[in-house]
Amino acid sequence: MTWMQYLAPLLKGAQITVIISLASIVLGTILAFAAGIARTSSNPIVSGIAFVYIVLFRGTPLLVQLFWFYYALPLIGISFNPITTGIMTLSLLTGAFGAEVVRGALLAVPVSQYEAARALNFSKTYTLWHIFMPQAVVEMMPAFGNLAVQNLKDTALVSLISIADLTFQAQSLRNITLDSATVYTLTLVGYFIIALGLMLIVRLIEMKLRRGAAFSRSAHS
Amino acid sequence: MMYGYEWDTSSTLAFATSILPILGIGLLVTLQAAAVGYAIALVFGLVLALLRRSRIRAISWTVACFTEFVRDTPLLVQLFFLYYVLPDFGIVLPAFMTGALALGLQYSAYTSEVYRGGIDAIQRGQWEAATALNLSRFQTYRDIVIPQMIPRIVPSLGNYLVSMLKETPVLSVVTVLDMLGLANMIGERTFDYLVPLSMVGLIFLPMTLICSALIHLVERALPKSGIPLR
Amino acid sequence: MTSIIRFQNVTKRFGALTVLDNFNFEVQQGEKVTLIGPSGSGKSTVLRILMTLEPFQEGKLELAGLSYHEPNGRGTFKASEKHLHKIRSNVGMVFQSFNLFPHMTVMRNIVEAPIAVLNMKRDEAETRATELLRMVGLLDKKDHYPSQLSGGQQQRVAIARALAMRPRVLLFDEPTSALDPQLVGEVLGVIRDLAREHDLTMLLVTHEMRFAREVSDRVCFFDKGRIVEQGEPEKFFTNPEQPRTREFLSSILNT
Ligand SMILES: Nc1ncnc2c1ncn2[C@@H]1O[C@H](COP(=O)(O)OP(=O)(O)OP(=O)(O)O)[C@@H](O)[C@H]1O
Ligand SMILES: [Mg+2]
Repeated sequence: MTWMQYLAPLLKGAQITVIISLASIVLGTILAFAAGIARTSSNPIVSGIAFVYIVLFRGTPLLVQLFWFYYALPLIGISFNPITTGIMTLSLLTGAFGAEVVRGALLAVPVSQYEAARALNFSKTYTLWHIFMPQAVVEMMPAFGNLAVQNLKDTALVSLISIADLTFQAQSLRNITLDSATVYTLTLVGYFIIALGLMLIVRLIEMKLRRGAAFSRSAHS
Repeated sequence: MMYGYEWDTSSTLAFATSILPILGIGLLVTLQAAAVGYAIALVFGLVLALLRRSRIRAISWTVACFTEFVRDTPLLVQLFFLYYVLPDFGIVLPAFMTGALALGLQYSAYTSEVYRGGIDAIQRGQWEAATALNLSRFQTYRDIVIPQMIPRIVPSLGNYLVSMLKETPVLSVVTVLDMLGLANMIGERTFDYLVPLSMVGLIFLPMTLICSALIHLVERALPKSGIPLR
Repeated sequence: MTSIIRFQNVTKRFGALTVLDNFNFEVQQGEKVTLIGPSGSGKSTVLRILMTLEPFQEGKLELAGLSYHEPNGRGTFKASEKHLHKIRSNVGMVFQSFNLFPHMTVMRNIVEAPIAVLNMKRDEAETRATELLRMVGLLDKKDHYPSQLSGGQQQRVAIARALAMRPRVLLFDEPTSALDPQLVGEVLGVIRDLAREHDLTMLLVTHEMRFAREVSDRVCFFDKGRIVEQGEPEKFFTNPEQPRTREFLSSILNT
């Protein structure tokens, strides 16, 4: 087998990696917004639940979470297929880290914006979504870009719960060919290319957001 | 039975307590791996950061690409790479060392960025002032650069220590018997993964929280009067 | 004439600091009142309480016949959000630092609240916004973002934004203090025009004494949470009674 022949299985694995990564980034982002907003809530129960979720998932290793959902949870009668388990765990982790990003960006919007919104009699919900969020989201983008790449890297762990992702395919190839150097180099390059793609997507979204909100371009200071 | 400790599966609580000593042995391995890995990351990251500032384009450019590549690819695959490829070149290390090396390598890519940010935050005028005062390059670093860098970089470096601690369980994949490795083994033998895995999570949680709190304390205790941190 | 604003023995504290101490103050419908006083005397606090941005601890406050809250001594708004909403629909505020929404164009800054809060149709809101922008002389800037405007222009937009909600009471908290001197005039010009509106009640905090004299029906000198002296601007500025007032006026006129 030459390295060209390694490409077919690796590409197949890369597809799974991309799917899992994108799915868990999207779900994780939704969770991040839900938990991040809940954290800023004045209702102690709502912010308390969000706090526990964030601490729990940020404070424990992903691999432990993954094995826990995969091996331990079925023992109390709850089981999902590996792909679902993988996407769920990664989403929960990305959501927990993203929640802190969302919360930080919301808290960074000046209080004066809140006061202006209140003076104009906007409701709390309207103020959150139409005044605070558009300003905060732009600030979140760089951090979310990092989280996306982190998420991609973390997907490699799902190979350990028998999902045939890029890492899993690399392992199988190595077992057959014993050509470790070539297989793992190709795999690393594969991840790097996907990471570049992810960063590009995040940049494009950020540029679009910034254009939609020309406010960052300060003509007057 | 493992390391001479029997487990007691009569009840969940008894099981949990009976495996604690075994997990404790794993915890030691976890902490050692993190310590060795972190030491590598601190030193090698600094080397990378300094090479990155090299006036020779080829060096700074290569180092920039290398760090970016290492930052953007999974630790697990890097670990496999070292674990399977190094022996091909005649370098045979124990699994623990390979694991610590992988951790250190990945995190040196992060720490090098931290160092770089710390150095870059020092204004150009300061370097010029140091030159004007006829300080040697060594004196400039010792008396001007490093004292200003430390309060700027310690918080980020500390956060990476916590992150690294949470990534050590990956080493169990290459047969290192850290906490997770042992928990998995107990799970295999008793067919009960719930208790050992939950225990590992429960041990990690206070550990990372305490670590974060300690770093926060160190951060606050650092002398930083007069140094603009942002 | 009926009072539209009535403070009765209002006490406001920030922790141990008492900012308003048994404060009594009334403003008649359509009256233009200027508050002057040294820094930290509590002028902004009066406006912020009226705008429901700050709670107060004791006393009674009414605006357009609506009570702010039955005091419970704990400094919390006892009135429901819904009730506060009703109060706020009578008041508008112009802030020292404009506080425009940076992510919205000038036009959207103005029409957003009428559409979202008053359920006005977009066409109607835009027609009205166009009128207001013409009034403040910024119609050509309607598609600009706040960051593309000068401070004076931003403040004029902020005034138009507040007016779009058709408040009965308009509060100005040092509307020109954040502006470069050469931009102050354009903003004062707009406020001067507004002061001709018979029905609009205006409460203005400013350090522009000449302007205060020109536009207000009444000037109040405010110090340490109390009104030390008040009266018609002519008399107030030419012949103040209290030594404290004289001292303040001379200190401000000499700088
Ligand atoms: N949120 C707050 N927490 C604590 N103290 C406050 C707060 N807001 C205002 N104060 C204090 O209350 C006092 C009155 O403040 P206020 O802003 O009303 O003064 P002002 O008359 O508007 O002064 P200036 O001319 O400087 O704007 C000041 O001593 C101020 O420090
Ligand atoms: Mg003030």
